[in-house]
Amino acid sequence: MTTRKYLVLAGVTVFGAAGDSMLSHGMKQAGNISLHHLQGVLLAVLNPWVAVGIVLLLAFFASYMNALSWADLTYVLPATSLGYVLLALVAKFALHEEVSPLRWLGIALISGGVGFVAGGPALTSHDHKPPPSREEREKDGAPTEEVVSGGVQR
Amino acid sequence: MKSAYTWGGILVIVFASVVGDILLARAMKQVGDVHALLRRAGLWTVVRRILGNSNFFLGVTAMAVAFFSLLFALSWGDVSLVAPAAASLTFIGNAFAAKIFLHEKVDRRRWIAAVLVAAGVALLAG
Repeated sequence: MTTRKYLVLAGVTVFGAAGDSMLSHGMKQAGNISLHHLQGVLLAVLNPWVAVGIVLLLAFFASYMNALSWADLTYVLPATSLGYVLLALVAKFALHEEVSPLRWLGIALISGGVGFVAGGPALTSHDHKPPPSREEREKDGAPTEEVVSGGVQR
Repeated sequence: MKSAYTWGGILVIVFASVVGDILLARAMKQVGDVHALLRRAGLWTVVRRILGNSNFFLGVTAMAVAFFSLLFALSWGDVSLVAPAAASLTFIGNAFAAKIFLHEKVDRRRWIAAVLVAAGVALLAG
């Protein structure tokens, strides 16, 4: 795991949580959308909260795809579930909402789950194992020329 | 009867999200490590490889199905049941499916993580 990969996981977490909450805030302003008034969807997109929320969720999707390219699904999902914790903390400290004891227990359980998965390897499936990245090769002590010539495998 | 509909809706959401996650994970494993690929071949190759992958499109479609079934289920059922139940069961379903279809080594550590997160999400969203 490199710093860059941790940043990608942080991006999945933060973009997802922020995008969801902005979208939800904007949709509450935009009002109900029913099957009979689908034009309401178009109006909702004009709401700045909804628009920013969509952009953030696109950023979430890009980082999620990036993470899945080098880590297991069963690693990425728990590792990025801290977003739920983040939302609860924002609700408590920024929005001054009540966080019930049951919710604190939920936060504790999620954090525990993240701790469990973070201690293990990120990638275990070998079916589609991608060629090692430059950092990994350099860490293994392979010479730099190896990287250039060995890197082009396809 | 109403609760049968709600749980049916929850199952559809969970099934579609799990299918979507598995297909997207498989697509990105086929594309390969994006960091290494970016350095080697540039952004254009990465984009072309992702958009040329059929699992990617099937995965996005399944995610869209999950999203719209969530919208429908929310209009029948209680938000405080549908949202946490769907999110939490998706974590468990993904752990099973990743083991079976992606051949990930879901060891005890990862099972515990999946169960803890699923329980935590159920409590937080409930």
